[in-house]
Amino acid sequence: MARTRPARAPRPPTEDVPLHDRAFENLAFIRDTMERAGAFTGVPGWGGVGMGLTALLAAWIAHRQPTVDRWLLVWLGEGWLAFAIGGLAMVRKAAAGDTPLTSRPGRRFVLAYTPPVLVGGLLTLALYRAGLVTLLPATWLLCYGAGVVTGGALSVPVVPVMGACFMVLGAAAVFLPAALGDLLLALGFGGLHLGFGWWIARRYGG
Amino acid sequence: MAKSNAARRGDGAEGGRRRTLAGVAGGRATLAPDLDKVIHERLRLAIVSALAVNPSLTFNELKALLKTSDGNLSVHARKLEDAGYILCAKSFEGRMPRTEYRLAAAGRRALERYLEHMESLIRMTRG
Repeated sequence: MARTRPARAPRPPTEDVPLHDRAFENLAFIRDTMERAGAFTGVPGWGGVGMGLTALLAAWIAHRQPTVDRWLLVWLGEGWLAFAIGGLAMVRKAAAGDTPLTSRPGRRFVLAYTPPVLVGGLLTLALYRAGLVTLLPATWLLCYGAGVVTGGALSVPVVPVMGACFMVLGAAAVFLPAALGDLLLALGFGGLHLGFGWWIARRYGG
Repeated sequence: MAKSNAARRGDGAEGGRRRTLAGVAGGRATLAPDLDKVIHERLRLAIVSALAVNPSLTFNELKALLKTSDGNLSVHARKLEDAGYILCAKSFEGRMPRTEYRLAAAGRRALERYLEHMESLIRMTRG
């Protein structure tokens, strides 16, 4: 996602560059610099693809579990695995690019992304204790989506769009039968991660 | 080759850019004198643009973002500081010196004028 462009003009000044072309080039240069300076560009593409693949596998396994506890265990395991894959990919990509996690845009991204995800973790515990496990797919999709939207507001435009798609699926999970929970989780954590991860990797790198 | 030509003319890269603008402007020569020479240089334009979307940036953050050398950044930041476009605060973080830059009100106005200038150039050359 990190586009490396030197601050220097890529081509030497010549007498035959039309004036409006140079003005366009200057405006594009300003916009590009502002985008790179203000955005966290370390959201991983291939990391997202990896998270999507493990989520699809988890959905398939979880759907075959005989008890709620084992179903929850599968998804919690997938959650930690996805966290490890995504976290590692993000750290590596951010460090290789212009905006390591310790940079100002990186810190702001983490600060914006983390609270909704933490809330999702706490709600998981609360809903499990209350015996409302059927609400977990909607909770996970909505909280994760909210984190991606808020964190993504400080990143490239496609990231908050992905978060919004998670939230749409989460909203659907609120109203659809609980039996569709695994399908919606597979569509969200599997399909959306795969699709958007592939797009991010192709469009922005890594 | 372009560099050596510019050197022979004795005006450097920035001068060449100025000549281009003035030359292409032709009958609209009134536009060229309005161009802010301080902000027009690429690295200085990049510094001002980066600071426009951040409350402040440290020297090292700017250096990493703009992929430039210590010396180059230092020279151009000083020119912007002398023009009153950016503010510089030096402090220590532990034992390490820390230089932090902010965009001054004059710098923000200069960037806005520059953007308007570029847009007007596009409008006029198209119209």
